[in-house]
Amino acid sequence: MSFALQRKNRRSAIMAALLVAGMVSLGFASVPLYRIFCQVTGFGGTTQRVEAMAGDMVATGEMVTIRFDSNTSRNLPWNFVPERHTNRIGIGERQIAFYRAENLGARPVTGTATFNVTPLEAGQYFNKIQCFCFTEQTLQPGEAVRMPVTYFVDPAILDDPDIGDVEEITLSYTFYPVDENAS
Amino acid sequence: MTDTTATPAHFDAAGHDEAHHDADHKPGFFVRWFMSTNHKDIGTLYLIFAIVAGIIGGAISGMMRMELAEPGIQYLEAWTGETGNAALHFWNVMITAHGLIMVFFMVMPAMIGGFGNWFVPLMIGAPDMAFPRMNNISFWLLVPAFLLLMGSTQVMGTTGLGGGTGWTVYAPLSTQPGGPATDMAILSLHLAGASSILGAVNFITTIFNMRAPGMTLHKMPLFVWSVLVTAFLLLLSLPVLAAAITMLLTDRNFGTVFFDAAGGGDPLLYQHLFWFFGHPEVYIMILPGFGMVSQIVATFSKKPVFGYLGMAYAMVAIGVVGFVVWAHHMFTVGLSLNMKLYFTAATMVIAVPTGIKIFSWIATMWGGSVSFKTPMMWALGFIFMFTIGGVTGVVLANGGFDNYVHDTYYVVAHFHYVLSLGAVFGIFAGWYYWFGKMFGKMYNEFLGHLHFWVFFVGVNILFFPMHFLGLDGMPRRYPDYADSQAYWNEIASYGYVIMGVGMLIFFVNMAWSLVAGKKAADNYWGEGATTLEWTLSSPPPYHQFNKLPKID
Repeated sequence: MSFALQRKNRRSAIMAALLVAGMVSLGFASVPLYRIFCQVTGFGGTTQRVEAMAGDMVATGEMVTIRFDSNTSRNLPWNFVPERHTNRIGIGERQIAFYRAENLGARPVTGTATFNVTPLEAGQYFNKIQCFCFTEQTLQPGEAVRMPVTYFVDPAILDDPDIGDVEEITLSYTFYPVDENAS
Repeated sequence: MTDTTATPAHFDAAGHDEAHHDADHKPGFFVRWFMSTNHKDIGTLYLIFAIVAGIIGGAISGMMRMELAEPGIQYLEAWTGETGNAALHFWNVMITAHGLIMVFFMVMPAMIGGFGNWFVPLMIGAPDMAFPRMNNISFWLLVPAFLLLMGSTQVMGTTGLGGGTGWTVYAPLSTQPGGPATDMAILSLHLAGASSILGAVNFITTIFNMRAPGMTLHKMPLFVWSVLVTAFLLLLSLPVLAAAITMLLTDRNFGTVFFDAAGGGDPLLYQHLFWFFGHPEVYIMILPGFGMVSQIVATFSKKPVFGYLGMAYAMVAIGVVGFVVWAHHMFTVGLSLNMKLYFTAATMVIAVPTGIKIFSWIATMWGGSVSFKTPMMWALGFIFMFTIGGVTGVVLANGGFDNYVHDTYYVVAHFHYVLSLGAVFGIFAGWYYWFGKMFGKMYNEFLGHLHFWVFFVGVNILFFPMHFLGLDGMPRRYPDYADSQAYWNEIASYGYVIMGVGMLIFFVNMAWSLVAGKKAADNYWGEGATTLEWTLSSPPPYHQFNKLPKID
């Protein structure tokens, strides 16, 4: 093999190796990219987080039922339930709902909740101003807390052909223990 | 492919005239086969490896068809010596092993490692691969990978011995706590992936830099084109799988939560990453088959292939579009309507370049002087079967329809028609086509035809009823089914037996041919075979093309 060919081959191999390295990085970069994608588009029923309601937002008078759902990991000895199971609200109205959590175990436990809404398409219109799910919750043995979530449904949902005629949106939380390693 | 032609008259680089002691000097047995840097020997090693893996993977499918022949659980408890979930877990181990073996250790080594190594350098007029020692590493990485996978079935998984995750290794099933079986299977995939990536780098470098003078990219034989496209698919898709399964490993062992909802991860992300690899992977398995079938159909029609450039760029198009259709494997995970719309449409677009290929093969035969030798029979079988699999593929591409048959035997039937009957028919076509060239002895034509017909009938009886079972709602990956589905399951199991008889004929033929086969001439297919390997002796000298051929 001539020297010129060897050099050419080495260059081709390096280019190919760079391509591989690029794709490996893309594979790992997909983790934050996917999260951002979900947050921005409301993909998979990811709810939106806002600081406050926009000032020009007006209640439309259209009504929608919000159903509250709660789940608890089998590794978390908590009783976690919504105070009301449904609430009929106006679209564009600011609302507050409460969940109750009680530590039934014998030692302090920290938990955190994952959340989404169904229908999944409603995610980008379901805005939370304040939510217990934004932070971790620590409960002492026997301690019970009321946890608020402040939210509203963006009136823009009415203009969305895929979801505009929605009658009911289910807001779901699942509480997991924090200190315990995954699986 | 007259434009890629180099007839023996054009040059005399064949090696018979020059320096016998140089060109054909072979090292001793151990050095030759265990430290090989010769592309032909490594190709042979790959083919032997693929046959061994194929026997094991095929035997596992035989056990599965045995269990599925009747409703109820008949054999799992006897095979494992366990009862209940531990026995049922063995079913999951079998589907996992069967899938991984057939994909990573049978089809890929045969097509890319075997025929690719053997014939890419020969067809482009190169003395060897660009990086012969890297080629050696590629092969020898595959052996520990296979041993790891086989070993994983002997250590603890979740509820029994072995990993039972399916070949897709979906989280959260694959992140369940348990023994090291799944870790071993994942590491096996890492090694097999590294092997393929090194091989792909080697092929790309060889094809870009080491073509004989005058052989432009647009004069390259279509098999070389197919390997080039395949190598790029490997390079772009395997690293993503490597990243995904590395995250699985850290989720399993080091407390990360990439795919664990409890820690804010997302198991769906794993599916996206897996299928970003997985869909190009199915083209990786079929494209070299396309290439071989193009050579074979042209050879036995004694015509250049119809629409050479269209054929080459159809493969490029399939490769490119193959990267943007992955979520059609995930129609039931809760995609939005618009995403289903896009992935349905994009998937159907692939039928266009595939159709170009099918019709060009038919047009190649049209008006040709067709002879129905064994390789041609397999190539025709390939076209027929792959078209059936392609039709059910278009059906499955519909997100709406997929809701009904997702994860049923309809899908199993579809991908066995394109892979078990597509890729495997392509491999047999190439094997019979090049058998004399590789080993210097001719196979037995009668046994070759018998193998084809028995195998053809067997696999169709085996896989066609699975369409009915799938439409009837039989889910895949279960060892049992409703009594009403017993009829077609029994027939499918008979089909397996017929296919098995076909494979026996194959092995008899190979043994007979290697011992008593006629000596193969340099170009035993005659005027239709126009690519460079036919200008060499059969088998080719140990070192070929010391003087590079010139292509006009």
